[in-house]
Amino acid sequence: MEENNIIDISENIKNEIKSNDVVLFMKGTPVFPMCGFSAAVIKVLSDLNIKFNSVNVLDSDEMREGIKKFSNWPTIPQLYVKEEFIGGCDIVKEMHETGELTKLLSSRGIDVKPS
Amino acid sequence: MPLSKEDLEKYIKNSIPDSIITIEDLRGDGDHYSATVISKSFEGKTKVQQHKMVYDSLEGKMGNELHALMLKTKTE
Repeated sequence: MEENNIIDISENIKNEIKSNDVVLFMKGTPVFPMCGFSAAVIKVLSDLNIKFNSVNVLDSDEMREGIKKFSNWPTIPQLYVKEEFIGGCDIVKEMHETGELTKLLSSRGIDVKPS
Repeated sequence: MPLSKEDLEKYIKNSIPDSIITIEDLRGDGDHYSATVISKSFEGKTKVQQHKMVYDSLEGKMGNELHALMLKTKTE
């Protein structure tokens, strides 16, 4: 039973990152982030005016645990670009500071408009 | 149960022996740390792989006993 849930959720995750170029798995929503780390990534994405989809992991325990298993990464938030796991809050923030994030996004054909 | 700064350092050091570790207890509650880990063994690895090495050293504590660890990894 539990095993089945994990399989279902990983299918959901796959669909989500396949149908959206940029996906942020986070706690809360972009307007009301429920955790400082999630808020920090939202800030980076808004600074760059990036269109993204967000998934609130607090909506379901399956998703909250499922995404950690799926990415083999112990924390949330998690940023995906074109089905590739980019990193959590620390990595995204660091890549933003060094300009690497803009480079990566542009190289993947994502529109970046730093404000 | 929170994890002490000394234990946190011990776990990372055990797993990445050449690492130079600086840890700050951000709120003094043993649950919110900021750590910088410098190791030659990070060379040639992506940031995700580098952070993963540190998380792995904590043997599943990250995201469980340890709520918040702001992490910076460097090769020198």
